[in-house]
Amino acid sequence: MDTSVLGTAAVSFSGLGHAYISDSWIFRGYHASIKKGEVFAILGPNGRGKTTLLKILLGALQPSEGSLHVIGDLAFVPQLFQVSFDFSCLDMVLMGRARKVGLFSKPKASDVQAAFAALERLGIQHHAERPFHQLSGGQRQLVVFARAIAADAQILILDEPTSALDLENQKHVLLWIHTLSREDGLTVLMTTHHPHHAFAVADQALLMMGCERFEIGPAKDVLTKDALSDLYRVPMERVTFQHNGRATETLVPVFSDLRDNAT
Amino acid sequence: MSWAQHNAIGRGTNASRRSVYLYLLAFALVALCIVSLGIGRYGVPISTIVRILGAMVWPSDVAPTGLTQNEWVVVTQIRLPRIIISVISGMGLGLSGAVLQGLFRNPLVGPDIIGVSHGAAFGGVFAILLGASVLGIVSGAVIGGLLALSICFAIAGASGNNILTLVLTGLIVSAFFGAAVGVIQYVADPDVQLPSIVYWLLGSFANANWSSVTTIVVPFFVAGTMLLMMSWRLNLLSLDDFDAMALGLNVARLRWLIVFLVTLIVASQVAVSGGIGWVGLIIPHFARMIFGADHRTLLPASALLGGIYVVAMDDIARTASNQEIPIGLLTALVGTPIFAWLLQKNRNRGWRSE
Repeated sequence: MDTSVLGTAAVSFSGLGHAYISDSWIFRGYHASIKKGEVFAILGPNGRGKTTLLKILLGALQPSEGSLHVIGDLAFVPQLFQVSFDFSCLDMVLMGRARKVGLFSKPKASDVQAAFAALERLGIQHHAERPFHQLSGGQRQLVVFARAIAADAQILILDEPTSALDLENQKHVLLWIHTLSREDGLTVLMTTHHPHHAFAVADQALLMMGCERFEIGPAKDVLTKDALSDLYRVPMERVTFQHNGRATETLVPVFSDLRDNAT
Repeated sequence: MSWAQHNAIGRGTNASRRSVYLYLLAFALVALCIVSLGIGRYGVPISTIVRILGAMVWPSDVAPTGLTQNEWVVVTQIRLPRIIISVISGMGLGLSGAVLQGLFRNPLVGPDIIGVSHGAAFGGVFAILLGASVLGIVSGAVIGGLLALSICFAIAGASGNNILTLVLTGLIVSAFFGAAVGVIQYVADPDVQLPSIVYWLLGSFANANWSSVTTIVVPFFVAGTMLLMMSWRLNLLSLDDFDAMALGLNVARLRWLIVFLVTLIVASQVAVSGGIGWVGLIIPHFARMIFGADHRTLLPASALLGGIYVVAMDDIARTASNQEIPIGLLTALVGTPIFAWLLQKNRNRGWRSE
């Protein structure tokens, strides 16, 4: 890999496209350059190919065309998370050490320590011995974050990290995304259904508009009401208001016209 | 609290409690074996057993006193190989069942379900039909088990990633080899071959001898040790396939390796003692109730419990009536109501409590 070309990019791809069935392209010609420590949001409605893109980024799927460069280890944080067994939170986080533990080995004390440290980083170390399934959705999401941190990964790939959470937990998780990128220097790539989440936390955003159409750039520039209305086919508004004495902006979908348009 | 404090308190109590239980199980197994050596049509007191075992371990020129030639022969030539084989069979089946249930994230999986037992039975029975030696029968069983497994994976997909397809395919393969065994029974010579085939299929430790001990012990120790060493990795397979792969696992290859090792254990058991069902299916459930789901303790616990169960069953098989009850029948008669009870009990609590 010619790192001089990439600069400080942690992840970059160009001409990226994939078709599961030949000539039926999910997306085509995508390119992006994501710097280390950035939060990169990927938006698109259902079925547009966000999961396919994630799989390609993780190396689980070979793209039909294009090139992908990744510098650093990846860790995946799936959406809310069902496990078939009663593992403790510490054991769940310990699973993140898989790459460091040989096929016939068991985790060492240093691995357990790293797992505990990851829980501590996220402030949930007191749940270490509790069964994972007993935790609330928001806490479970944090445990899965801890698992990614325990893996010593530099790049986190999140699949809709807030979709299954209530508002308070959504904000809590977004706060951690921000903290981990700013304080720990982790590069975070996340898919999301919520433009206002991307607006709040992302540095760059990618809008998957259609097969070969996409918008990419700094989040505040790309997440415009026109682009998002086009993306989601629901009118969007960018709203400015005062919060804690400061002018703040957010994005809202317009649902308030529902009652007028009843069919 | 600090890591050191946490280590001392939390991990310490859970882990050491489970270790204690494992040691207790191991002790119970050894004790049961010693007692079982004395049980049978020809009763032998425990003190004599201990002396015989001592003489075997530390041979000396002076014959041990206070025991008869009969006692010596019964214990060392007849019972000891039988106990060893039943212990290893039970441990192998318990271990295999726990591994398969973890592998397929499904409590309904056992060596019988994925076709291995039936394939091994077919292989062994085919070898009997051809008049093979014991080694031939064993090889036949291993080849048959691996063949069933390969067909299973070929149909379900080499990636082995879809659990439901794999289990269904296992059922189909089991049914096919079960029918093939039926065909062999049909064409077998009713006077000579058929009785030995039928008896072999029913599962029995009655023909135990020292050569068959080697046959089952070697694969068990080799494959069993490898499986125990991979017990942490088996924890990882409880995750979603995509998630596990993202953590760095080659899920398909790992599954193949594990199932291959299980096949070795089960096929050698079938070769030596015939078809014994309902052990690999129910023992892990009980082990899980006491030890939880972490395979690092669940696997050795299932092995030990399986050993205890099968030795106890064999004791009953030998002594309950004048004629020996084939152990495969006994485990089925006892195992099926137990499994029904387990299903009932877990209906609300759930395989995972959610």
